Amino acid sequence: MTTETELAPIESTASSSSPRPTHEPAIRATGVRRLFGETVALDGVDVEVQPGEIYGFLGPNGAGKTTLVRVLTTLLKASGGNALVAGVDVAKDTETVRYRIGVALQEASLDPGQTGRELLELQARLFGIPKALSKTRVAELIDLVDLGDAIDRRVGTYSGGMRRRLDLALALVHDPEILFLDEPTTGLDPVSRRQIWDEVRRLNREQGLTVFLTTQYLEEADELANRVGIIANGRIVAEGTPDELKRSIGRDVVVVQVEGDVAAARAALEALDDVEHVRTAGDELTAVVSDGPAAVPVIAVALNEVEHVRVLQLSFRRPSLDDVFLEVTGARIAGAGAAPPSEPLHTPAPAYPSARAGGASR
Amino acid sequence: MTANTQAGSAAALRLSRPRPGRGGGAGRFVGDLLSVAGRATRQLRRELAFVIPALIIPIFFYGVNVGSLEGIAAAAAPGFDVKAFQLPVAIIFAVTGVSRANALVQDISGGYFERLLLTPVNRLALLLGLMAADFVLIVALSIPVILMGWITGVTFVTGMPGILAFILMAALWGIAFNGFPYAIALKTGNPSAVGASFILFFPFAFLTTAYVPEQALSGWLAAVAQFNPVTYLLAGLRSLINVGWDVPSIGGAMLATGLVAAVSLSLALVALRGRVSNG
Repeated sequence: MTTETELAPIESTASSSSPRPTHEPAIRATGVRRLFGETVALDGVDVEVQPGEIYGFLGPNGAGKTTLVRVLTTLLKASGGNALVAGVDVAKDTETVRYRIGVALQEASLDPGQTGRELLELQARLFGIPKALSKTRVAELIDLVDLGDAIDRRVGTYSGGMRRRLDLALALVHDPEILFLDEPTTGLDPVSRRQIWDEVRRLNREQGLTVFLTTQYLEEADELANRVGIIANGRIVAEGTPDELKRSIGRDVVVVQVEGDVAAARAALEALDDVEHVRTAGDELTAVVSDGPAAVPVIAVALNEVEHVRVLQLSFRRPSLDDVFLEVTGARIAGAGAAPPSEPLHTPAPAYPSARAGGASR
Repeated sequence: MTANTQAGSAAALRLSRPRPGRGGGAGRFVGDLLSVAGRATRQLRRELAFVIPALIIPIFFYGVNVGSLEGIAAAAAPGFDVKAFQLPVAIIFAVTGVSRANALVQDISGGYFERLLLTPVNRLALLLGLMAADFVLIVALSIPVILMGWITGVTFVTGMPGILAFILMAALWGIAFNGFPYAIALKTGNPSAVGASFILFFPFAFLTTAYVPEQALSGWLAAVAQFNPVTYLLAGLRSLINVGWDVPSIGGAMLATGLVAAVSLSLALVALRGRVSNG
């Protein structure tokens, strides 16, 4: 999506728009709970998103991300707590909320038998946009999402990336204040993913659109979000800017993959002065250190001394959001279906070969 | 994209559509209904594979039934017009079970129905819009059946107004029946369940006076046919061909259709309420 199309806000032909609350958070969820039978999907979620912000909601599959989006977008009633979107209570005035939000759900939900243009025009009609205005609006959106001639083809012939871009255009037809994107790039190739990111950034930068984005991709949250909330088991376990979150766990991270006695290896690392603390995920030890390059040889030597431990790989890097996730939940998000990043999240330091790679374990 | 708003203050929403509580009412409902119906009729035009069997089945049965009954009728009841007797059956076959319920299930399973729920569309229009498209299709399917009757020599004693009434009564029956597949589609979201709903067609279409007049039915079939609304519908439709504007027959047909509609549409509306509820 490289087009420089300008998307103008919809102008009124009547002075019927409700006054917009000002100086209020775009989204404020307080103690939101949602139960499905005995299962607790959301367990008292508090979220506040400021106007113009891109808020990344990060968590593995089943953490509660989509459930919260469905509550905030009026598709689902909360079992407890309350939520205001654009200053409007989502439980009490669902219709007003629908005028103020644009939503692209997890799967691009489109009718494959219609053309892109037909779907955009229908969406405009359902939002009550007058025909003349809707034509202009649809034309702008077609340029914006760069669908070209394909807009007059049936959606069933579109690629995944094209469907996502059309989905985004549909969410924008009525000029919403807040855009909800539920895992907008899941299943997309790296090029399409980057196109979506560029568009989201542009909408936020140029239109001041507030974006609430759920993702299981660390890279996506890191690239796009001004602030990130991490959800696990229906609760927000950490929140802040990506940098704040990463800084919160230390300066560097040394990751060691071992074979053999993992507990002994962990004990050896914890005994080192350079190591602030250690987390274990399977056969992988993550040591938070103040100075990665200095700590690597110390750790390598220390592990070399431990019986029944063989180091398979040892590397250091700056902390990632995955490390934050590991820190606050004790598990890695990356193993929970995350796609390989389209480019490295951080420039990785060279991996240090195992201190005893190929050597016999003692 | 104009930088007409600053980050930190989201773009103002300036829609011309009346806000909730500020009117809109019937005009808005009709607009939503036409929008939903427009999409459904576009789908129909693109799904000839769906339309063609609906056209072939009544023609096939009309030909088979007339061919097999004409000889028997000539021997048993000389002067009995089998073609006129079978034309209402053909039209019932043409219009019963022709619905967008499968398309609705596809919308539900594909997520597009949820996208519609994220708009301020009138929820009732989501169902009635599809039924409006059904009505258009049913009327369109009725025309070749009437032509087939005309080609084979069936004439209406009620003339052109009778033909229009014939089509209207058949179409209303089609819509009344369609409440069942829509109820199943909305309740289950399952294409197999919707497909299975066609089984309802058989008792309605065959446990009735489809092949012989009511007085010729006997035993259990006569008893069942008395409670089958299609019996009264066929009587009303036949009266338009043979008798004239016979108010008791036409009234009975409309009442029977109305009773079926009351049951099926109630079920569909309850299922719609469950489907659009956010609880």
